[in-house]
Amino acid sequence: MSRIKNCFDKLNTGNRKALIPFVTAGDPDPALTVPLMHAMVEAGADIIELGVPFSDPMADGPVIQRAAERALLHHVSLRDVLGMVATFRQQDDHTPVVLMGYLNPVEVMGYPAFAAAAENAGVDGVLTVDLPPEEAQVCAGELRARDIDPIFLLAPTTDDERIKLICEAASGYVYYVAVKGVTGAGNLDVAAVADKLTQIRALSHLPVGVGFGIKDASSAAAVATVADAVIVGSVLVKQMELAQSLKQGTEQHDTITAGITGLLAQMRAAMDAIV
Amino acid sequence: MPQAEKTPDKTQQIAGKFPDERGHFGPYGGCFVSETLMVPLRELEQAYHRLMQDPVFLKELDDDLRHYVGRPSPLYFAESWTRKLGGAQIYLKREDLNHTGAHKVNNTVGQALLAKALGKTRIIAETGAGQHGVASATVAARLGLECVVYMGADDIQRQALNVYRMKLLGATVVPVESGSRTLKDALNEAMRDWVTHVDTTFYIIGTVAGPHPYPAMVRDFQAVIGREAREQIQQQAGRLPDALVACVGGGSNAIGLFYPFLDDQNVTIYGVEAAGDGLDTGRHAAPLCAGQPGVLHGNRTYLMEDPDGQIIETHSISAGLDYPGVGPEHAWLKDTGRAQYVAVTDDEALQAFHDLTRIEGIMPALESSHALAYVTKLAPTMDKDQIIIVNLSGRGDKDIHTVAALEGIEV
Repeated sequence: MSRIKNCFDKLNTGNRKALIPFVTAGDPDPALTVPLMHAMVEAGADIIELGVPFSDPMADGPVIQRAAERALLHHVSLRDVLGMVATFRQQDDHTPVVLMGYLNPVEVMGYPAFAAAAENAGVDGVLTVDLPPEEAQVCAGELRARDIDPIFLLAPTTDDERIKLICEAASGYVYYVAVKGVTGAGNLDVAAVADKLTQIRALSHLPVGVGFGIKDASSAAAVATVADAVIVGSVLVKQMELAQSLKQGTEQHDTITAGITGLLAQMRAAMDAIV
Repeated sequence: MPQAEKTPDKTQQIAGKFPDERGHFGPYGGCFVSETLMVPLRELEQAYHRLMQDPVFLKELDDDLRHYVGRPSPLYFAESWTRKLGGAQIYLKREDLNHTGAHKVNNTVGQALLAKALGKTRIIAETGAGQHGVASATVAARLGLECVVYMGADDIQRQALNVYRMKLLGATVVPVESGSRTLKDALNEAMRDWVTHVDTTFYIIGTVAGPHPYPAMVRDFQAVIGREAREQIQQQAGRLPDALVACVGGGSNAIGLFYPFLDDQNVTIYGVEAAGDGLDTGRHAAPLCAGQPGVLHGNRTYLMEDPDGQIIETHSISAGLDYPGVGPEHAWLKDTGRAQYVAVTDDEALQAFHDLTRIEGIMPALESSHALAYVTKLAPTMDKDQIIIVNLSGRGDKDIHTVAALEGIEV
């Protein structure tokens, strides 16, 4: 059974919702990523989405664009990110890790080679932002053959026909983009999200994660009342920027880790308080 | 990654058969965007197909091209230049004489009518050299639509005249500071705007790239260039040309000229990319000549990328060619062998700019100068009774500052 399915099954038993933080691998430098992943798990993360840096992050707002730029200053490649997951797995064999990024680095590595390397590293899911299911058959097939979940986005503009298509192509969970816009965009409307989730659930049994526009503990808790998972990215990545003025290395890393785990702990507590 | 199948039989590339219903030209093209845009793109495609069968829409488009753009553009026999080069007869398709000074307006007129038909109140565009931005601002002014143009901060420096033209036309020009601060980054930013304002906004892509249906739609709007040229050369010279030459950045002027000739197997087709400082220096913008297939900006095509799949910075003297990708149909025409792709350097393009200006009294855009530079190599290798049509895709006024600066002159 995949780590992702296992994770959602366990949470269901306890009537809890998943907290899924996103950070860009290699931001602000490669040394922080693995320790930060462990710290996020300790602070209450159930699944980790690890961003693969790309030169042209078309679907991202300025905060995550700059994260990719910082990582690329260190030439962090898809292979490097897989290496980080492998290192993380040496100490954590249960927390699912999902790679999130754009297609071209995967395309250049080649789908079979990527799927094999991802399996070896211990990757559990892959979300490729610019790969809709219509174009994903070959890539998703390679992933599924190695028990890696292909994860797809749903959006406010997605109609019934596409919800069916996407949920048939996906496994693990689906990611509902709560606002029309890029990552870090405005505030989400929980009532509108609830309506869309009702529409999605009528057509699929997959767990639904909700991301975009979750900025603090109260919005995380609000989303947790309707979604199976709360996905939070830009507000965490901002902590990297807040620590930019500090000296690189331990001091900077400690400040970032404290900032991110603090936010996650608040969200975790608020989400657990609603049940 | 799927590899292109080499098809030695050129007749398999038949005009009108590509793309397939999901926008594929062989392994290229397609629709690689985030989910939010999938339904709006499908709606755009449906509206486009409906309107292209609608006689009222087609009449409006035709009237605009005739009376607003000034079509048909002349096909001019460059007699002095032909004599000077001493080979094939050279005809210039004068897209520089269109309203706003380049071929770009053929497409913006069409897409603006689509925007109006879809009830959109706001248009956005990306621009490199500024010609597409000007052409978009122009049609927006005429139709009373709000217009926002995204332009790389470096390109804003290089093309100050066009930036001011857009502002005079009432457009907001947004400098893009991310990435390499050129055309590709402007495209990223326009996509981000579109995904955020998709209900009210129509994105006028300026080239034959982007997600389906843009490559096919922009090609169809630009194909008026080749349809006219095909008719004009038969009237003026009594036969079809032996060769076509056009510059290729994204490739919209080139596909516009080439498309109506794809079935004419005796017409040799050359697309000319920007070799910048030289293909061997790595400082160029020639993905077809020196790149590999990948996925960027919604389609699979040849790209300038590093071994990790990161898009690399390009270089060309011409802002309009300074782009790391190329339209997917060109990628397919390359693999099938129906078209040949070559590259000329900044210096060669600059020389052609001066040559045409002095010999024919026509000042070409630096983009078009790349096509002209290749003609100076090609024409002398051909017989005097052979014919080349070269697409003079834009006029050079916008480049005067660039040329002057290279010669140390302050204008």
